[in-house]
Amino acid sequence: MTAPVLSLRGVSKQFGAVAALTGIDLDVAAGEVVAVVGDNGAGKSTLVKILSGVYAPDAGTISIHGKDVAPASPAAAHALGIATVYQDLALCENLDVKANLFLGQELRPWMLDDVRMEKRSWELLRELSARIPTLSIPVAALSGGQRQTVAITRALLGDPEIILLDEPTAALGVAQTAEVLNLIERLKSNGLGVVMISHNMDDVRAVADRVAVLRLGRNNGVFDARDVSSEEIVAAITGAADNVVSQRAARHATGRPTEQEAP
Amino acid sequence: MTSLETPVAAAAADLQDERLVTPQGFADSIRAAIRRAKGGDLGMLPVVAGIVVIWTIFQALNQTFLSSTNLVNLAFDMVSLGVIALGIVCVLLVGQIDLSVGSVSGVAAATTGVVMVRHEQSLGLTILAAVGAGAAIGWLYGQVLNRFGVPSFVVTLGGLLGFLGTQLWLLRGENAINLPYDSGLVKFAQLWFVPDALAYAFAVAAAGGFLATGWIRARSRRAAGLSSVSLQWLSVQALLLAAGLLFAVYYLNRTRGVPWMFMLFVALVLIVHYVFTKTKFGRALYAVGGNAEAARRAGINVKAVYTSAFIMCSTLAALGGVLAAARLAAANQSTGTADVNLNAIAAAVIGGTSLFGGRGSAFAALLGVLVIQSISSGLTLLNLDSSYRFIITGAVLLVAVALDSAARRSRQAHGRG
Repeated sequence: MTAPVLSLRGVSKQFGAVAALTGIDLDVAAGEVVAVVGDNGAGKSTLVKILSGVYAPDAGTISIHGKDVAPASPAAAHALGIATVYQDLALCENLDVKANLFLGQELRPWMLDDVRMEKRSWELLRELSARIPTLSIPVAALSGGQRQTVAITRALLGDPEIILLDEPTAALGVAQTAEVLNLIERLKSNGLGVVMISHNMDDVRAVADRVAVLRLGRNNGVFDARDVSSEEIVAAITGAADNVVSQRAARHATGRPTEQEAP
Repeated sequence: MTSLETPVAAAAADLQDERLVTPQGFADSIRAAIRRAKGGDLGMLPVVAGIVVIWTIFQALNQTFLSSTNLVNLAFDMVSLGVIALGIVCVLLVGQIDLSVGSVSGVAAATTGVVMVRHEQSLGLTILAAVGAGAAIGWLYGQVLNRFGVPSFVVTLGGLLGFLGTQLWLLRGENAINLPYDSGLVKFAQLWFVPDALAYAFAVAAAGGFLATGWIRARSRRAAGLSSVSLQWLSVQALLLAAGLLFAVYYLNRTRGVPWMFMLFVALVLIVHYVFTKTKFGRALYAVGGNAEAARRAGINVKAVYTSAFIMCSTLAALGGVLAAARLAAANQSTGTADVNLNAIAAAVIGGTSLFGGRGSAFAALLGVLVIQSISSGLTLLNLDSSYRFIITGAVLLVAVALDSAARRSRQAHGRG
């Protein structure tokens, strides 16, 4: 593996008496997709918020290209090259696509340069082979997958090195999910480091290079996505090989009738 | 039929998607416009239709309604309310409301009388004091909204009563303070007209400016490899604009002419239009009205945007009050009371500004106030008292808001926000 762009060492965060994260290590290299998975309450959201500058870690270091950084706000994180796409996308539905892409970072504040903004928008969308028919319709007219595309494209405006995707496929249908997974692969081939938070094992295995499992706020294994089975990941997530999910899987694999199917 | 889009050798960067239905020719453009209207994207359509209907009815009832004399009066009378409505558009855009613009305009009118007549200060200082008071009120609203989270509906309802009291206190029991007829302010609002030749020059300059900005924009879009509107189509639009404006000027010039006060209103509308559409701040207004949380995460200072919108609104309301006092040559206890609040809000909404935030334009104030003032003027000509005026204006407001709500639902059903 090449030298990581982003690396976390021993990152911890405590809320009152609850240790949300304890000694988290994570490395993300350029052109690599790292999926972060874990059950509810495993600390995924806390990790996203620390990386995107919403929370400051209590202990541990975050470094970019080996240099220690401490993103104090979302804007600071963005300036450091970490862009975040939130689960709810945060788009203004009444504004058109190009206005949303450049929202808050418009070119020429006192005499908006619409032409240059539109040209840049098309360049970015083409780079991602993203298929948005026109930039002059309100975001409300777009499908869920297209909105996700707009949100991801917006994150790319500041030329980030790391992009954080919080549940990018959670609210999408089958075709739209495939669209977004294609997009993630293109982000990867464009040399970005991608951190993807997800619940969906199929999506994780489809695009991730490595899978980092969190369990109860601790690292519970990092797997190479090519040679790990969904059962192994689930085992790491739930903390045991003997659990409800793997029992079900085992039953179906052996064709043994379950209680419900028994006459 | 010629195409409205200039053909570009390779398809323009924004027209490459095969799903995109580009209107080919004039008939197609009309069909696209009808489709947009059905989808709830009504724009200026209802208000223009409304003006045509209202003018037709009143002209049929009273032949003097569309006379040059009456239209000159209309041009004078709509300015004060129009300036206030322009401010209302600013707060509606960010999804807030200001119910106190009438009282604020009353305070500004009273301040004008007190500073100019009682304290015999210069005109410049008078206007500065009145408009400054308005700006301070707007700032105060912004602070209360941001710090205590009191809904703007309640804050400004309090302001409605509070500043009505302030207005009465400033007048100290006097029914009215008369402004001197020889003051520039009163002359401006009653006697000063744009010289005929200059008015024609303004009309030509407006059309020329439209053509020039459109052409520069089209050229830079072509240079960037984007689709652009053709010069022929731009020229047709500019010619129609020139013809319309020249006829309006000619018609008003048949009697007294175009009031300077009306030109001030038009200038304000154009400035606010520029701010809304061409500045980062304007984008922020729409963004906050559309989705405040998204705007905040995009790095927009939402609280500052709210405060600015309220300052713009109250400042314009105060300016409207000064102009109302000037028009009447007096600041009295009833300046800005009664129906001014609702008329200003009605004008903004009738013009196509959404009460739900994030939609509207500066021209909404201009067209909306034209509707409101036409109704008022027509009923006055028919010698109907204000009971009818209230009822009819109320009904028109109801229709406008119902249309806004229906259009909003239709937009959601058609996926246009």
